[in-house]
Amino acid sequence: MTAPFCVHCGRAADDGEHAPCRTSRTALEPPRFCAACARRMVVQVTPMGWDARCSRHGAYTSEETG
Amino acid sequence: MTAAPGRTGVLAQAREQVLDRGEGLSQEQVLAVLRLPDEHLPDLLALAHEVRMRWCGPEVEVEGIVSLKTGGCPEDCHFCSQSGRFPSPVRSAWLDIPGLVKAARQTVETGATEFCIVAAVRGPDSRLLSQVREGIDAIRADGNDIRIACSLGMLTREQVDELVAMGVHRYNHNLETARSHFPAVVTTHSWEERWETLRMVAAAGMEVCCGGIIGMGETVEQRAEFAVQLAELRPHEVPVNFLIPQPGTPYEDFDIVEGRDALRTVAAFRLAMPRTMLRFAGGRELTLGDLGAEQGMLGGINAIIVGNYLTNLGRPARQDLDMLRDLRMPVKALSETL
Ligand code: SF4
Ligand SMILES: [Zn+2]
Ligand SMILES: [Zn+2]
Repeated sequence: MTAPFCVHCGRAADDGEHAPCRTSRTALEPPRFCAACARRMVVQVTPMGWDARCSRHGAYTSEETG
Repeated sequence: MTAAPGRTGVLAQAREQVLDRGEGLSQEQVLAVLRLPDEHLPDLLALAHEVRMRWCGPEVEVEGIVSLKTGGCPEDCHFCSQSGRFPSPVRSAWLDIPGLVKAARQTVETGATEFCIVAAVRGPDSRLLSQVREGIDAIRADGNDIRIACSLGMLTREQVDELVAMGVHRYNHNLETARSHFPAVVTTHSWEERWETLRMVAAAGMEVCCGGIIGMGETVEQRAEFAVQLAELRPHEVPVNFLIPQPGTPYEDFDIVEGRDALRTVAAFRLAMPRTMLRFAGGRELTLGDLGAEQGMLGGINAIIVGNYLTNLGRPARQDLDMLRDLRMPVKALSETL
């Protein structure tokens, strides 16, 4: 199953192309919207990773890479 | 006064003036460098590299940065996703002390000697300063002796003294762009107010870190203006960022800086400030890619931020460290900086 919402713009994943959400810029952007409910998440970027918290769906976190 | 140089004459002049004598280029000369045609770019970068090796040496200072307080800033810097005035998707967040300690530990594990604690504020209040103090104490209690820098906006004299007392050895406050362009970028405070903080920081004996962002609609003349205004400040370090157009900000549709212009700017800044630490910062991944990063390291840069930035991700730290190894540029060690 694919996530219903786009993590970069918060629109429904099947709503249009999302081309601006799949650029070299967004590759350097942590998720901003919850993929399950499109709520804007509280995101903390750390030197080696990020974590993002949705008030409804809890925390998502990056695989920390060095 | 130096005479206005011809197109390529400026490289010969720079060789004698900057490389041999260690005197930075004038605004006119910087402008001539920024206008050099593409076919002279390799010569320009090679000269900037020679200048860097002669006046700074082969070492590279590696730094990690973390955002202690993200978003919700009352200022209106048009490039910034952390301004509370724009509909950016960035939400406010505070990093807790364990998170800060962990970020410092991850930074030291990359071999970095500098850790910069950043907050999105106009200036610090007592709550922020006590968080910084607690954070620094906790980092030290963790057995971490990395050097700590801060970037907390505009300061009062008392706050400068407080930071010195906490052991903060370097303060970052960017002038962002040329004085003549600043009012187009920020309306909630002035370039002069920023300058005043930098003056107090320097007077208190802290190292001054001051740079800006290339690609905010400034003209090439204004880039030259900015280079000499920075040089006049005699900063210890100049971080060079390239605009990452942030969604929701007034600059969201700006083009990213062309790689060749980015490299020309790096080299021009090196020739304007032969002895200053010139640090690759945000936007280099997007503007220059992997190959360009290497060209920048061979074109005047002698310091980098590794890992992620405040709200954006960088390329993996490992990749930058491998690049430095391949270029045979030693990472500056902590013991040598003490
Ligand atoms: S003062 Fe700093 S955090 Fe605030 S809007 Fe300007 S650049 Fe962003
Ligand atoms: Zn999208
Ligand atoms: Zn959710």
